[in-house]
Amino acid sequence: MTTYREAVREALREALIRDDRVFLMGEDVGAYGGCFGVSRGLLDEFGPERIRDTPLSESAFVGAGIGAALGGLRPIVEIMTVNFSLLALDQILNNAATLRHMSGGQLGVPLVIRMATGAGRQLGAQHSHSLEAFYAHIPGLRVLSPATVADARGMLWTALQDPDPVLIFEPIALYNSEAELPADAGAVDIDSAVIRRAGTDVTLVSYGGGLRVAEAAAEELAGDGISAEVIDLRTLRPLDEATVLASIARTHRLVVVDEGWRSVSISAEIAARAAENGYYLLDAPIARVCTAEVPIPYARQLEEAALPQPGVVAAAVRKAVS
Amino acid sequence: MTAVDDGAASAPGERIELLRQMIRIRRFEERCVELYSAEAIRGFLHLSIGEEAVAAGLLGVLEPGDAVVSTYREHGHALARGVPMNAVMAEMYGRATGCSHGRGGSMHLFDGERRFYGGNAIVGGGLPLAVGLALADSLRGRNTVTVCLFGDGAVAEGEFHECLNLAALWRLPVLFACENNRYAMGTALKREHAVTDLSLRAAGYGLASWPVDGMDAVEVAAAARRALESIRGGRGPCFLELRTYRFRAHSMYDADRYRDKAEIEQWKARDPIPRLFAELRAAGAAGPDAQVKLEAEVDAEIEAAVAAAESAPLEPITDLTRHVYAETR
Repeated sequence: MTTYREAVREALREALIRDDRVFLMGEDVGAYGGCFGVSRGLLDEFGPERIRDTPLSESAFVGAGIGAALGGLRPIVEIMTVNFSLLALDQILNNAATLRHMSGGQLGVPLVIRMATGAGRQLGAQHSHSLEAFYAHIPGLRVLSPATVADARGMLWTALQDPDPVLIFEPIALYNSEAELPADAGAVDIDSAVIRRAGTDVTLVSYGGGLRVAEAAAEELAGDGISAEVIDLRTLRPLDEATVLASIARTHRLVVVDEGWRSVSISAEIAARAAENGYYLLDAPIARVCTAEVPIPYARQLEEAALPQPGVVAAAVRKAVS
Repeated sequence: MTAVDDGAASAPGERIELLRQMIRIRRFEERCVELYSAEAIRGFLHLSIGEEAVAAGLLGVLEPGDAVVSTYREHGHALARGVPMNAVMAEMYGRATGCSHGRGGSMHLFDGERRFYGGNAIVGGGLPLAVGLALADSLRGRNTVTVCLFGDGAVAEGEFHECLNLAALWRLPVLFACENNRYAMGTALKREHAVTDLSLRAAGYGLASWPVDGMDAVEVAAAARRALESIRGGRGPCFLELRTYRFRAHSMYDADRYRDKAEIEQWKARDPIPRLFAELRAAGAAGPDAQVKLEAEVDAEIEAAVAAAESAPLEPITDLTRHVYAETR
């Protein structure tokens, strides 16, 4: 069995071995071994030039990653969590996402930024938010969220081949999750959503940390004879709308599970696109199960109550199919 | 001011070139004012009139492989870096032949071939890019320097402090060049900084740092040479505080009510163009008509650029969404 954490580490090792332009840079990535233990051992293997500890200066080291990409390297920048990435939002939005267009196509930024996202570890509001939608709003970026161990292993290499900035959101609640990983596990497609479970009665759309919740709900519903199809978006920008619409054409019902807040979220985008382009395929109103509109609290029962839970998803599905 | 008199940039030919470049930048921007008033060019227009000695002196001593990161007041920097005037003027017009294909405008001039990386309108936003470019060059074993231009306003931004620390910590080949024109938009230096001697701020991060008379192109060139030599010698980043002044308002929208007219006149008395011309005349290196001759040459170049821009094609609307992502992956 391989953990999600080990899968990301193996992806990093592979990238560092395959391309000498690749280096990893971020807070605690070197001597400490990564805030979440992802890069443990890499400093010894690759040395301090390629596993580069940075000061707590998000804007400077993310911007330096952008500059290094302009200078011909393939940096992987790690930000401890999406909450802290906001200190570098100027660099990500005004430079990484914008330079190619603003320069009339002269300057591309082939940069990968990894960051942890989401709740589930009782870390309180300033470490627990799911802000992927902020970044998925921005033209010029590609936004990924690996929800499985195989995608954690496979997305990084594909992302490094991209000539544009790619943001990878790793849900903190998944780092300890485990799965069997084939010995030849490698690069995966980052253009398409994937059907994780086939079904006929309802389409459950999710991504990242929400996928486990959708899958658990589907399992519960199967016991009641309700067949749910579970789609993992994988890529939040650009969205693979076609896979979602094709599924709705089979199931005629849509429930979206999103660990972001409901307002102005990925779930809002999916629902809007389904309404715009799949309205006549639907036999029931679209439903959404999202995080409660509160800063994520510390206390376990409050944190759990704030997050989407399988039972709530199952209830939304039962209502949709009734 | 620290006198820099090491004999560099003292050859008459080089001084004539500095004069020519300053006149070129001055006359280009004066022409832009007319074109702006005629509504041929739009958007924000930030002029560097008065500050030409920095552009000519600093950028004139760079090697082709060096990188430049600039600000939104960068017409002079782009021209002095060798970005063709036709491409700069066409960008002012938003035309397809512009150096940013009409997507940048006055504040976002780029030239990848000449390693001219903006054109950054976010104050201080270019500093991290410079750190990264220098990191890439140093990791790839190139003996190049990244020159990062910014104003006194940027010294108040967090990125200034983060980036000077990072560049010094990693001993990166960056020349931080602060154009201290004494105003962050309309806010005077003493209203924006607790410590107004900006070269002291850089010294606190361990950078070699010194103030320069930014109204003297010869002195700017000499100081830049000295800094570049130190950086290329592997002694880490340097900081130059180039003390200069803009004779005009922050932008064309600015009524300039925050400055004393007498102050502006005092600085105009130090105008770098007549100053260098007078020096050349005194040294017998330029005749009385040298400036007129240079201006005539420059005006011809400018009028050709205006004519080319006016007849240049528009970037087609069908190409609106090009260059958001790479066309091939």
